[in-house]
Amino acid sequence: MSGVLRAELLKIYSVRFTAWTLSLAAILAIGVSYLMGLNLRHNIADRSAEQLTRFDSLFAAFYSLTLAQLPLVVFGVLVVGSEISTGTIRAALAATPQRGTFYVGKVLAVALPVACLAIVTVPVAFTVAQLALGPHGMTLGDDGVLGAMAGSWIYLTLIVLFAAGFAMITGASTRAIGIMLPVFFLGSQGLGNVPYVREVAQYLPDQAGMVIMHVAGPQDDPAFAHSYGPWVGLGIVALWTTVALVGGWLVLRRRDV
Amino acid sequence: MTLSGPVAAAHRTAGCHPQVGERAWGTAGFAPLSEAEFRSSLRCATAAGGWNVDGMIEVRELTKRYGRTVAVDRLSCTVEPGKVTGFLGPNGAGKTTTMNIALGLHRPTSGEVLIGGRRYGDLRQPMRHVGALLDAGAVHPARSAHHHLRWLALSNGIGYRRVTETLEMVGLAGVARKKVGGFSLGMRQRLGVAAALLGDPGVLMFDEPVNGLDPDGIRWIRELMRSLAAEGRTVLLSSHVMSELEQTADRLVIVGRGRLIADTTVRELADRFGRLEDAYVSLTSQAVEYPAGREGIA
Repeated sequence: MSGVLRAELLKIYSVRFTAWTLSLAAILAIGVSYLMGLNLRHNIADRSAEQLTRFDSLFAAFYSLTLAQLPLVVFGVLVVGSEISTGTIRAALAATPQRGTFYVGKVLAVALPVACLAIVTVPVAFTVAQLALGPHGMTLGDDGVLGAMAGSWIYLTLIVLFAAGFAMITGASTRAIGIMLPVFFLGSQGLGNVPYVREVAQYLPDQAGMVIMHVAGPQDDPAFAHSYGPWVGLGIVALWTTVALVGGWLVLRRRDV
Repeated sequence: MTLSGPVAAAHRTAGCHPQVGERAWGTAGFAPLSEAEFRSSLRCATAAGGWNVDGMIEVRELTKRYGRTVAVDRLSCTVEPGKVTGFLGPNGAGKTTTMNIALGLHRPTSGEVLIGGRRYGDLRQPMRHVGALLDAGAVHPARSAHHHLRWLALSNGIGYRRVTETLEMVGLAGVARKKVGGFSLGMRQRLGVAAALLGDPGVLMFDEPVNGLDPDGIRWIRELMRSLAAEGRTVLLSSHVMSELEQTADRLVIVGRGRLIADTTVRELADRFGRLEDAYVSLTSQAVEYPAGREGIA
């Protein structure tokens, strides 16, 4: 197993582009966080300090993650998808005919770099946003901050695994992936808040993840409230990911490559 | 080609013919083994326990259907060590499918392929037992040749030194760090051969290995396969080019439309039919999928 895992990690490392998507995610997370902090600080200056809600501060800190998740999802899709589309999976399965071992190695090789990147990037993004907010910033000890950070870290790892599983199920079909990305991820840009769409769309993985990241709108406002709390939301994402990974395994077991 | 350390040492201990133990690839004046050397090498390989010389490939009543198309139809044959066996047939005869099934890439509808008495899927670190060149395209174009072999080696517990050794053997040492996307078809074939040889396996399968090779490359592959077989390994190569197999193979398994047509030696075919091309055309005339028309040819 360790040989397979090392081989999978080398495959990721040896293709420059896939490594760049990870760097892009980190840059977006930290850069946009800073900008959001600055933006919010500038806006508050026009209003009184009481009008700053807890939601606003957390939103500034974590909104960038909804952007950073996009290159991460591309990473997950590429690692699995390019293997299938270039035919490298034939060499890989000839080298490791035990498909279960191969799949676990592949999944771990996707999860580990993202988990390591996120566990550093999420706190840094938060810190940078608080720096930008200056006197209006929060500290780590503030209510809900640690939970939001832990939840964001878990969410980012889960969502990349979801994308990898999806790519395996569809056999790296460009058409399927071209449909998946907008449906599953552009909702976070606002479409998910359209009133009638939201009833259904709130169960999509990115919508569910946004609650734990405190970017789904203030939950005490009925216009934005989701029918579930933050940790249940994370559970919904975990369910989507499990289904995608299990589906990917079932497809791989039987596939004639 | 040089044998790896422990096997070469075992050869020397067993008192084998010195030239069998070491043959550097690429040296001019490569001479084929005499009958005595050949027999001696087989005995040595067995005594040295170098490979699983029991590395017979057995195809047992293999059938593969894709929907309604029957790609392989109750095919049975045996590929023995110590000789080059040619798998010959027109396009669509089921050669590639059989190899895909042998390597566990495709699932058979019924029947099985055993290598050394075991299924490929049961082998741990299979590249140490079976090496295959299936398609030159199964590489990521943005990856370097070196990294391609390196990840293969890592997955099978094969050491770093072997990666550089095989690259040198196939003549790609100079471009090892270049991306495979820039390689010509011939270079990709050579990379595939390097991958097949990585684990120093006792069984080798080559699917259409001379595709894309120039005459020099074709001669190189032919001599490589003959020397691998002379060392006691099992060599199976598939082709639809009769003239090439004529010069390389000892035995021929001829298939058409997924069925076995003939399982014989090159010499027997030559005795029966005279020119081998006539033998091939005559045996497979019913099995060609899309025969070319003859109108308009004077």
